[in-house]
Amino acid sequence: MGLTLRSVGRGAAKEGEAREGPARLTAALAGNPNVGKSTVFNGLTGLHQHTGNWSGKTVLTAAGRFELGGCSYALVDIPGAYSLRASSAEEAAARDYIAFGGADIVVVVCDAGALERNLNLALQILEVTPNVILAVNLMDEAKKRGITVDTAKLSSCLGVPVIPMAARKGRGLSELKRAVADFSPRPYAYTARYPEPVEEAVNALEMALENLLDGRLGARFTALRLLEGDGRFLDRIDEFLGFPLRENPEAAAALERAREILRNAGIGEAEVGDLLISGIFACSEKLCRQCVRGPAGYGERQLRIDRLLTRRATGIPVMLLLLALIFFITIKGANGPSDLLYALFNRAGEAMRRGLVTVGAPDWLTEALISGVWRVLSYVTSVMLPPMAIFFPMFTLLEDLGYLPRVAFDLDAGFRRAGACGKQCLTMAMGFGCNAAGVVGCRIIDSKRERLIAVLTNSLVPCNGRFPILIALITIFLVTGSGAGSSVLASLALTGFILAGVAATLLASWVLSRTVLRGQPSSPTLELPPFRVPKVGEVIVRSLLDRTLFVLGRAAAVAAPAGLLIWLAANVRVGGVTVLRGVTGALDPVGRFLGMDGVILTAFLLGIPANETVVPIMIMAYAASGTFQGYESVSALGELLRANGWTAVTAVCTALFTVLHWPCATTLLTIKKETGSLKWTVLAAVLPTLMGVTVCALVAHVFG
Amino acid sequence: MDRSLFSLPEGSVGVVRAIGLERDARRRLMDLGLTAGARVTSLFSAPSGDPRAYMVRGSVIALRRQDAAAVTVAGV
Repeated sequence: MGLTLRSVGRGAAKEGEAREGPARLTAALAGNPNVGKSTVFNGLTGLHQHTGNWSGKTVLTAAGRFELGGCSYALVDIPGAYSLRASSAEEAAARDYIAFGGADIVVVVCDAGALERNLNLALQILEVTPNVILAVNLMDEAKKRGITVDTAKLSSCLGVPVIPMAARKGRGLSELKRAVADFSPRPYAYTARYPEPVEEAVNALEMALENLLDGRLGARFTALRLLEGDGRFLDRIDEFLGFPLRENPEAAAALERAREILRNAGIGEAEVGDLLISGIFACSEKLCRQCVRGPAGYGERQLRIDRLLTRRATGIPVMLLLLALIFFITIKGANGPSDLLYALFNRAGEAMRRGLVTVGAPDWLTEALISGVWRVLSYVTSVMLPPMAIFFPMFTLLEDLGYLPRVAFDLDAGFRRAGACGKQCLTMAMGFGCNAAGVVGCRIIDSKRERLIAVLTNSLVPCNGRFPILIALITIFLVTGSGAGSSVLASLALTGFILAGVAATLLASWVLSRTVLRGQPSSPTLELPPFRVPKVGEVIVRSLLDRTLFVLGRAAAVAAPAGLLIWLAANVRVGGVTVLRGVTGALDPVGRFLGMDGVILTAFLLGIPANETVVPIMIMAYAASGTFQGYESVSALGELLRANGWTAVTAVCTALFTVLHWPCATTLLTIKKETGSLKWTVLAAVLPTLMGVTVCALVAHVFG
Repeated sequence: MDRSLFSLPEGSVGVVRAIGLERDARRRLMDLGLTAGARVTSLFSAPSGDPRAYMVRGSVIALRRQDAAAVTVAGV
């Protein structure tokens, strides 16, 4: 889900700059996706970059620091990459940082259990710079699978420090810090050698480039890129050097000589790239034969679980059951705390009211503060906080476990038929946390067309600010009562609404890929990481602190002024009618057409800054315009809704509109930033709204 | 005997011979470790039979049918 202060942008850069003074060294943290890079980063810096057990978690470059021996070291976490031959925006960002970013050291984090594949990236980075530290992470996990890595031997083979680590358990962190602190630049380290005549061609070109590049860029690295002929990256190199390298007569002549060597051996220009990849893997295999011991197979137990989670008969049912179970626990668990919080807030409100009266505050002020601001705040907290506080940690546990990539795997066929990318399932899952984070997460999708589809459809799944609205609507109105039976029904109803969101996502993607974003689905790279036992305590603390409180804070910041606004609107009269009645009255015909009413639509409009406030604003608006005296508990609020003409159809339409309407302000701003286009931002608002209007109007007219 | 990776039965192992895809898609798969000579195990399939999960060089990757069908492997 990735909803943290960092992932929504604010404070992302500041944390790294917080501590004063220049750093002694800057180390970049590179690695394949899903090797625990973010865990290493957090362990070193003490920051809380959100981690999850799936590829592509780090979509933003994060910076932090650590201190050792009185010196400060800067650390830059760059996006995960399988290779420096970039095939996605993230990989291009990683490659550009390693090639041009000017870090003193690159720490390459590797998975001990898949070293042969991980060394592909490490050996490519060694072609850029010899100033590398290899951090072989997940040593504990590999050991469980019977795999051991001789890191001392690997270090002597590569000529760079190699640190064994189990970052989740905190092992190897201090050794890595020390290795960074003790690092001295070295003239050379291990270099991957390619089979003749490729090596001969590379050497010839390398020597010619040496003078031209003047140490600003590795000659061998540049020679390889020239031979490979990746035009886009060569343009970036030109930009960095400040002159067109390929047009330099010396370089062009050397490149031609190198190509001739290859041509004479029967190797065409197009084949060179392939030969370079196989060459690196041949080196990697050789290194692993020397330094890695253990079976290469997949664990039996892991395979049994995976088959259960993906087989035709069980894959989707297990997924739905898990979803319903999470909702059941959320609804059942949130019930009591909601009522308790509500009662506490009520009592505190009354005490404050008495206090204000005692100090002789004017009536209008007391009313505005208590019946306005305080009451909306208490609704936001009591209705929204408990479900969030229960749902977040559970969702994070599934995420940590490595279940999300399996869901993406199971649903890939659906997304493929919709003309979209299977990874959209992951960004959709991030959307459950926060649609703004989901939109940023779409950077993991390689194709621009599919990325836009994912961005435009992200808000069709309810975020954590919206699904408590669904819970509130369901438990306050649709399925009342507190028995286990009604909780089961309520969680099934919630699952239904979520599935409606997923169906809407697929439908909208299908429509987009056949209209404004036409094209063939590309092939995503989806890695299925091994299951990892989540760190339960840390997950709970982090999801409460990072996500729940952050979201609640944002909601409260919006709720307080909204409460005041509603109270004023309900009490200020223009031409004999209160402003609130005027506004809701004007929207009423539209609301009725959609199976709702003017108050509900007003609440959705006022909820644009934070959706969490929609239900509280709604309740306030009803209460303010009637003779509302407050209720004993949250669940009793159903009476208020009924008194204002609510039926089951009203509740269903409001729930559907909750899933299908314009994104919140934060998400819209993020979409604008990510797409750089007002046109797509407008479409991202119009598309879900059109779907919501259609569905609600249909429901209202068929059942109303 | 040479066959496509997609037709490799669940649980069996093949050795990569060639990848019949255009440049970028081919290099993408190669960078994940699917170079000539690499051992690949077919592990399990999604509910609809596509994509499928394969183990190569210690990690598990999902490949859609169109990609897996373009990879030629030799049986072991």
